[in-house]
Amino acid sequence: MSEQIALSVNGKIISVPSGATVAVAVMLADEACRTSISGEPRGPLCGMGICFECRAVIDDNPHSRTCQIVCQAGMKVRTHD
Amino acid sequence: MTKEPSERFDVLVIGGGPAGMAAAACATENRRRVGIIDDNPDLGGQIWRGASANPGSPAANWVARVRDAGVRVRCGLRVLHQPEPGVLLAEGPRGPCLLTYEDLVLATGGRERFLPFSGWTLPNVMGAGGLQALVKSGLPISDKRIVIAGSGPLLFAVAAYLRRQGADIPILCEQASWNSIARFGASLFTQPGKLAQAVSLKRELLGVPFAANSWPVAAEGHGKLSSVVISRSGKLERFECDYLACGFHLLPNTELPALLGCQIQHSCVWVDDLQQTSVPHIFCAGEPTGVGGLELSLMEGQIAGLAASGTLSRAKKLFNKRDKLRKFARVLERTFALRPELRRLPFPETMICRCEDVNYRSLAEHTSWRAAKLYTRCGMGPCQGRICGPVTEFLFRWRPDSVRPPVFPAFCESLAALPNPAPTRSELTGAQL
Repeated sequence: MSEQIALSVNGKIISVPSGATVAVAVMLADEACRTSISGEPRGPLCGMGICFECRAVIDDNPHSRTCQIVCQAGMKVRTHD
Repeated sequence: MTKEPSERFDVLVIGGGPAGMAAAACATENRRRVGIIDDNPDLGGQIWRGASANPGSPAANWVARVRDAGVRVRCGLRVLHQPEPGVLLAEGPRGPCLLTYEDLVLATGGRERFLPFSGWTLPNVMGAGGLQALVKSGLPISDKRIVIAGSGPLLFAVAAYLRRQGADIPILCEQASWNSIARFGASLFTQPGKLAQAVSLKRELLGVPFAANSWPVAAEGHGKLSSVVISRSGKLERFECDYLACGFHLLPNTELPALLGCQIQHSCVWVDDLQQTSVPHIFCAGEPTGVGGLELSLMEGQIAGLAASGTLSRAKKLFNKRDKLRKFARVLERTFALRPELRRLPFPETMICRCEDVNYRSLAEHTSWRAAKLYTRCGMGPCQGRICGPVTEFLFRWRPDSVRPPVFPAFCESLAALPNPAPTRSELTGAQL
């Protein structure tokens, strides 16, 4: 995990070590991942793809579990959908 | 984009953690067509997430053994359903596929148990293993203040790991009593390997304040966590922090085994001496048969792999070692049993089901998991009750219902890929209760 790659989170450019998951990029952007049914901000809980709290839109794919997907250069991530 | 290929295996292993890798490597001894699928981006499971990059580590050695043995490895794939015996429907990044097997090894691992308290849904309140997984996946935590709380030996391993990465740990809270922990410490003397690990962990954790009889009562902050209130041997103390890493020991992942009809006993998958479940040709190894840690998972995995490939004499040679490790698993369960005070942590407005935002007040009026699901949608969200099911089991002593397909949320396209998408009469009747 030495090389850095860049992607965007809600339009902000974020640089992460290559191999980092999208959840890491969202946390580095200081964003929550999703808004709950009653309007609470939520971030990752289990870190292993089970709780679905870290869902966000990755390259137009909704409900993507950001903790299970590795960042690719140029990815566009949108949170709070 | 090409589609996710469908494939045929003699032995298919679900889960690429220690148990799954050991099973797959051993199953190839009889030169059969062996495959592993895993939901994660890489082999290693949670305990060895990212560790295979360190040459010479046990993780790297097992990954090399799996690859050298010619095991077909497919990551990013999760099983949704078994449309007919011997056929699994899975979904990957490129869509659905069918995987056919003669023998199946379920090595679905474990997950952390979470318990609700005020503020536990705030961002930056995470599982202990959860935060560790994110750090292993690239999250920098140098100079961050991290409170660690909950129960179980994982907390110590996480504390040592986070500290090596530069985190400041103002306190490590264990809900179990000093008495239980002392008995646990004494039991380590019967397990020399575990004792050595404990001694080296203790050395790494010098300077980290440890508190037994202690647990989080509230996480506070606006929009994200800023402090945690701990009940420390009966007194309340507030700690400013960036993260709360909180998990209450581990639970076996039994959803897929249950879907396949394997008998579940005391929340674990029942297996015989050869790690075979109540369903012939389906084996199970590692945490789903009872949480016992790395060494037990590796041992059970090897036995399951050898048994699935018909190498019974070699499997039998490992029985003794496995049975000794299982004794340790029982000690773990006793030591880190949850104290009843934890049932009183949630307030009426504390969320219990995080997917559907169902709070304690709306659940307390119901008398069963099924009624709660019907009236409040508790457990009906994307996690399918994986988080709130064990919570309500602890809080209200509700028992979970049978597992129905798909065992993970799926795209409609994946369900349309079923060979026979029409539901059977019994499935329809079941759906109408």
